[in-house]
Amino acid sequence: MEISRFGLLVFTIAILASPALSDLVLSKVDRRIYLTSQIVRISSTLKVENAGSEMVSEVLLAFPELQAKNLAYLMAAQHEGKGKAKNSVVALSVEVASPKDMPPALTFYSVSLPKGLAEGDSFTFDVLAVYTHALQPIPEQITQADIQLVVYQESAYYLSPYVVRVQSLSIKLPDSRIESYTKLENTKIHGSEIKYGPYENLPTFSYSPIVVHFESNQPFAVAQELVREIEVSHWGNVQVTEHYKLVHGGARSKGEFSRLDFQARPNLRGASAFRYLVANLPPRAHSVYYRDEIGNISTSYLWGDSKKTELLIEPRYPMFGGWKTAFTIGYGLPLQDFLYKSEGKRFLNITFSTPMVELIIDTLIVKVVLPEGSSDISVSAPFPVKQWQETKISHLDIDGRPVVVLEKTNVVPEHNQYFQVYYKFNKLSMLREPLMLISGFFFLFVACIVYMHADISISKSSASYLAKQQWEEVQGAIQQVQNIMSRCLTTHDKLEASLRDLSRTGDVQACKAARKAADGLLKELSKELKPLLTFLHSSPSAAQILPKVEELVAKERELQEKVMAKHSTVVDGYEKKSGARDIENRVALQQQKLTALRQEVDNLLEFIDEI
Amino acid sequence: MSSMISSDLLKPFKLKTKQQELLIRVSILCLVYILAFITRLFSVLRYESMIHEFDPYFNYRTTLYLTQNGFYDFWNWFDSESWYPLGRIIGGTLYPGLMVTAALIYRLLHFLRFAVHIREVCVLTAPFFASNTTLVAYFFGKEIWDSGAGLVAAILIAVCPGYISRSVAGSYDNEGVAIFALLFTFYLFVKAVNTGSLAWGLASAFGYFYMVSAWGGYVFIINLIPLYVLVLLITGRYSMRLYVAYNCMYILGMLLAMQIRFVGFQHVQSGEHMAAMGVFFLMQVFYFLDWVKHMLSDTKLFQAFLKITVTFAVAVGAVALGVGMVSGYISPWTGRFYSLLDPTYAKDHIPIIASVSEHQPTAWSSFMFDFHILLFLFPAGLYFCFKRLSDATIFIVMYGLTSLYFAGVMVRLILVATPAVCLISAIAVSATVKNLTVLLRSKNKVVQTGSTKGTSSGKASSKASLDQSQPFQKNGAMALLFGAFYLLSKYATHCTWVTSEAYSSPSIVLAARGAHGNRVIFDDYREAYFWLRQNTPPDAKVMSWWDYGYQITAMGNRTVIVDNNTWNNTHIATVGRAMSSYEDEAYEIMRSLDVDYVLVVFGGVTGYSSDDINKFLWMVRIGGGVFPVIREPDYLVNGEYRVDKGAAPKMLNCLMYKLSYYRFGELVTEYGRPPGYDRARGVEIGNKDIKLEHLEEAFTTSNWIVRIYKVKPPNNRW
Repeated sequence: MEISRFGLLVFTIAILASPALSDLVLSKVDRRIYLTSQIVRISSTLKVENAGSEMVSEVLLAFPELQAKNLAYLMAAQHEGKGKAKNSVVALSVEVASPKDMPPALTFYSVSLPKGLAEGDSFTFDVLAVYTHALQPIPEQITQADIQLVVYQESAYYLSPYVVRVQSLSIKLPDSRIESYTKLENTKIHGSEIKYGPYENLPTFSYSPIVVHFESNQPFAVAQELVREIEVSHWGNVQVTEHYKLVHGGARSKGEFSRLDFQARPNLRGASAFRYLVANLPPRAHSVYYRDEIGNISTSYLWGDSKKTELLIEPRYPMFGGWKTAFTIGYGLPLQDFLYKSEGKRFLNITFSTPMVELIIDTLIVKVVLPEGSSDISVSAPFPVKQWQETKISHLDIDGRPVVVLEKTNVVPEHNQYFQVYYKFNKLSMLREPLMLISGFFFLFVACIVYMHADISISKSSASYLAKQQWEEVQGAIQQVQNIMSRCLTTHDKLEASLRDLSRTGDVQACKAARKAADGLLKELSKELKPLLTFLHSSPSAAQILPKVEELVAKERELQEKVMAKHSTVVDGYEKKSGARDIENRVALQQQKLTALRQEVDNLLEFIDEI
Repeated sequence: MSSMISSDLLKPFKLKTKQQELLIRVSILCLVYILAFITRLFSVLRYESMIHEFDPYFNYRTTLYLTQNGFYDFWNWFDSESWYPLGRIIGGTLYPGLMVTAALIYRLLHFLRFAVHIREVCVLTAPFFASNTTLVAYFFGKEIWDSGAGLVAAILIAVCPGYISRSVAGSYDNEGVAIFALLFTFYLFVKAVNTGSLAWGLASAFGYFYMVSAWGGYVFIINLIPLYVLVLLITGRYSMRLYVAYNCMYILGMLLAMQIRFVGFQHVQSGEHMAAMGVFFLMQVFYFLDWVKHMLSDTKLFQAFLKITVTFAVAVGAVALGVGMVSGYISPWTGRFYSLLDPTYAKDHIPIIASVSEHQPTAWSSFMFDFHILLFLFPAGLYFCFKRLSDATIFIVMYGLTSLYFAGVMVRLILVATPAVCLISAIAVSATVKNLTVLLRSKNKVVQTGSTKGTSSGKASSKASLDQSQPFQKNGAMALLFGAFYLLSKYATHCTWVTSEAYSSPSIVLAARGAHGNRVIFDDYREAYFWLRQNTPPDAKVMSWWDYGYQITAMGNRTVIVDNNTWNNTHIATVGRAMSSYEDEAYEIMRSLDVDYVLVVFGGVTGYSSDDINKFLWMVRIGGGVFPVIREPDYLVNGEYRVDKGAAPKMLNCLMYKLSYYRFGELVTEYGRPPGYDRARGVEIGNKDIKLEHLEEAFTTSNWIVRIYKVKPPNNRW
């Protein structure tokens, strides 16, 4: 049905379109059609000759409507000799044209020649046209065991508004298994290649439909929608996140799916299904992940060296005809490989399309998320795209990051070219987020400190509040008492130490001096103690603790006396030159009492401390 | 000299003992807080940040709905994707506490501009609340014993496997927040009883409200607290503090709880909540009598009055209860409640409860597994509690004993017992260690003094008698201390091991060791659910056993016939009947339920034992419970359940068998075994030639764990 309608349509065009456009003549046309994957590529070499007298600088290319709809990519370049390097090709500008007096069912593109063709001049150039969805599966539904057959329709003659002198066509198929093909004169078949022509001296708009029906088990992976999000962080990372909605665009599968058959004979039972996809990521890609809405997908493999990173991902299940899946891959890239500076502006230079191999993308949305505070944003893309701006709020953003959104339909791997996003960004803005975090913590701590020190009770005159305040005062006083006590105790220790020095050196004067200093200090301390004790006496909330404090003070005083007594005894002994043993005997009893007292004081201090 | 200077310089920075203690305490608490969080992250490290098991998927799905559509839509959500064709009123049949909590955390984080995904919030909710629970345990321990016991309790509960089992990252279930709420409510109530403060009573009412909103286990609180009050009344510990605390908590808590639609008026209408109300009225009578006693000086008169009042009160109460029961105003106890009190009840009366593995009575080994040394420390802690009896210790003792009983009845209730066991064990540890160190420290001093001076005269004799026991005591104390630390360190290693090995598996993704020791991952569940999500019509209805219902709706986004919210037994029984019928009969049932796909779980290829064939007898039992045409003996041979050649003919031809083993007879699963060798059950299957008439295989996952069949439309008649 489809084929015949297509044929009929073009045939009518061919009849209607009689007038020749200009005096150009295509002296030689070589077309090579590659059907080896789901993407159809037609590479033609055209030699154009000016047979008229006027200068001509444009050549028209004609596409029937059905093809024009599927045309994803068109490029023309000056033809180079076979020996020359391929990278120096000069691309010619190609634009949509709508010349007058032309059949409306045709779409025209005009190729601007580098210089006008004068009479008799000729020029050779290559045209690459890439089509998506040009292979039609027939039958449309197959079972798991069937092979997938697809149909491709073309014209054996080059459809052109010009006269074509010599032309030939070759069709490259993935496999030598061909179900059927249209046989015309001069049709040859070599393995997996079909050749038509050469045909000579055909008039304008010649058309002769041919149909090739052949086996193709190439992955028909079509991304119905791909959203690529490229997030630039000036801390050194470009994060790429790609959300795929994938479908197997080949013949739909029908009937039951048998895992057993698929496991046992995957090449026979499930030949049309594809199990994995390969992505060629940029070198030094890191932190690669592969997941979908419900979690990580563990079937992926990653290899990498300094030149490339290769990622092989398997969807959760083998993709049969018509089956869908959705997943996300993400990876980080080093910033310095993609971000450059020019004329006070920065620009991101990164590929436009997917890293996946041989994938058709129906709708591609590229979002470039720039750091917060970027301004003067402009985009330069190698082909026309729809674009607009959004904002995205991410971690620690105040008013969001500017997002440039580019949208393009019908994307093929040929579109995977570099594009540039220019913007202005102040390096100091980088510090904003860390500073925000720091100040956040700072205010948190300040708030804690304020809370600890501020008095936030509602009623300042209530009994409990007053009691609490009094209790705090008492606690302060007790702490001071403790402080004084511990200082007394250290003084005692010093005295003891002086005694030990005495027994070692026999320096009585030094010992006496120490005694004097200690006396003075202790007196001062007892003076300090007095007001505290009176305060404790007066305060009602100290009533419970007061006896203990008093006991402590008393014991300490006793201890102090004892220490003094011991000190005097020992010093006396030394002055009288008594024997060391004699002194020791004399002090022994005092010493025992001293240790007992010291223990009690320590216990009391501990007890008070626990309150 | 230099040391003097440095010590002088350091003096202003030197902290007082109290400050030192505070610093140590706070830093220990912080460390425990972090420890409790990170020990639960094993599952994220081993697998990924994902939701675990079954119920959490429902919670995740509802949380997602809540964050996307707002609270009112969530509250009024009628879910037509489950229980087809009945549907489910989500807002009225769930405890919203968990979802609302997660959504609030999510909102807060977004307000603070942390653009996290709601899934991450859900995954980390349980560990976060576990960390908070350690803080509550600290304060609770401090309230009932001292701050030392509080610290030990915090540490014990932070790593206790009984709690970790339900609160690892990804285990996004009600229990995750409910244990926090439970302990918090108890703490606040004990605090209220200890202080008699209205503010604490109010706080405990709010804690109770949170608990009610989070988990059905609130029934434990509303029964334990009255029981505790009753015990206090009986033991003569009635006080004004208790009166204030209980009345405030009960009245306010009840009114607040009524705001949860799922609970509604149960507090005044259901038999399970009547104990609390009874105790409330009893309390008023008690107070009244107290007042009368205060007014009446004559004891004889009071005695007479007491008799009359008590008789009257009891009579009125009994009549009210009787009238309520007869008129149907007060509903009797539910089966679930009975099955808690009586371990054998569920087996006889409610197969659907008995069929769940976590509802089985607990084995000793799992007590040991989940509590480890706490099991021995618990009685010791009880001893200490009884030694220093107070209102608070009575509470913890009662909580410990009752919850331990329930833990014995049902495996999953070990969770409820865990905080009590940790607290009581903490008392044992803390008290023991404290006693030992006091012994050690006091000795050190005496020893020091003893060494400075030798023996002489009167006082020395008494000291000598002390000295005699010292060497032994000191060494003994040291040994015991080391023993205690050894046990505690063993506990820590055990807990870590259990967490990493046993409790961190998401059970959606299965991991095994391959032949070369490498890790093999079986991700079949998600493979199948994602296939459903992508490759079936959006309105397709999937029939499966109820275990997988929540996962199918959450991950597969398709309508299911039954799910884990087992509210309609008949509906589940219908599915059970379809699974256990012949294909023709099953087809009729499936047609009547509009089923498009049937999903079965099958472990015969991988040796995965919790598959549908092993659950099949429960389907038969539950189906047979409603439809007597299904009889269990038809599927058994001499009381034995088998799938090989000797199996019952009905078994070999029922739908579940056919769907599980369809074309399995052609597959060689193990080298040296005949084709069709079932690795999960270790037998060669009995029916290898299975033909399906009304269904066709739609999808089978790579390891055959999930098999999905499409129900064919009926044949044309002409």
